[in-house]
Amino acid sequence: MFLKNKKLKRFSFLVVACLSISLATFFVLKALDEKIVFFYTPSKLLEKKDDKLEYIRVGGLVKEKSISYSDDGLNVNFMITDNKKFVNVMFRGILPDLFRENQGVVVEGKFNREKKIFFANKVLAKHDENYMPPEIHKALEEEK
Amino acid sequence: MLKKLHKYANPNKFILVVMPIKNICIYAAVFLIALGLVLGLFFSPPDYQQGETVRIMYIHVSSAWMSLFAYVLIFFLSVSYLIWKFPLFVLIAKEIPFVAIIFTLITLITGSLWGKPTWGTYWVWDARLTSFLILLFIYLGLIFIDKTFKYNANGDLSFSYLSIVGAINIPIIKFSVDWWNTLHQPASVIRAGGPSISVEMLIPLMIMSFGIFLLFIYLVLTNIQSAIDERKFLFLSSKD
Repeated sequence: MFLKNKKLKRFSFLVVACLSISLATFFVLKALDEKIVFFYTPSKLLEKKDDKLEYIRVGGLVKEKSISYSDDGLNVNFMITDNKKFVNVMFRGILPDLFRENQGVVVEGKFNREKKIFFANKVLAKHDENYMPPEIHKALEEEK
Repeated sequence: MLKKLHKYANPNKFILVVMPIKNICIYAAVFLIALGLVLGLFFSPPDYQQGETVRIMYIHVSSAWMSLFAYVLIFFLSVSYLIWKFPLFVLIAKEIPFVAIIFTLITLITGSLWGKPTWGTYWVWDARLTSFLILLFIYLGLIFIDKTFKYNANGDLSFSYLSIVGAINIPIIKFSVDWWNTLHQPASVIRAGGPSISVEMLIPLMIMSFGIFLLFIYLVLTNIQSAIDERKFLFLSSKD
């Protein structure tokens, strides 16, 4: 054979093994892509045509000036958007501390397609990759 | 050139060279971790969104990096062992999971404690969290393989092959936040376009990470030392 050198032979075997493992994993992940995503964007949710009332997660930014509380202060109504489409969300319960306008959130619950309302059982807050002291954030805001 | 290094593949020579390094490592590690904790917990600023909770990051992120880097080490040691067949490589590789699994556990526990105040939940099954839990199971698998084949030469090969198969999880963990929607944030430090974390927070994080790295080296070297001693003991007692 052309691979006379023992070490070269072992090395090429390992390269082939690693490539096959990566390829197999790639196809598995590709096939499961829809299942692995933690949440859908509002556009994706409205695109989906199957009318089953399934338990689902939707994520996006809380739309500005869309938060309204009911009179007893327990029910909250807000919109989440991906800057293209938006979804109306109803929620009854305790909101996380980071919940505010323009904050990324993920809501978990059922979407009613006829009423176009998402009834959330759980609201989770996302935070982004930016870390800075409050003073710097304030300075950045003032610059805008 | 490489032939000159061959003599260090002898475990006894390796131990002699490495022992002074071990002692330096533990003193430096204690100093750096203490310094990193003091800077991180008392002298670094709170975050503009998360407030004081952000201080969990200094432990969470540094041990997460350590768990990932430990696996990269195991992978390259296993590959080298399979190519060059120096027993020392797999001897080292087999001692790493015992230490690395502790840092994986620390990452998962601190992450969970951090998740509650920021996200509003201790645990979700998103891509990053799930793949990191799989890393814990892979480390467990490697430890079990090592235990099962404790005094059997087949263990070295099984361990190396399994660790190479498991290595596919490392890029998945790293890029899970870019490939899929996750609740976990994208990378803040090792990312295209430079760190998106302010310098006052980055410095304690780097000090902590380096301290934890040295602690890891110390613990692994201690394990290797006792593994070599154990082999010597077994060899001598089998002679009688």
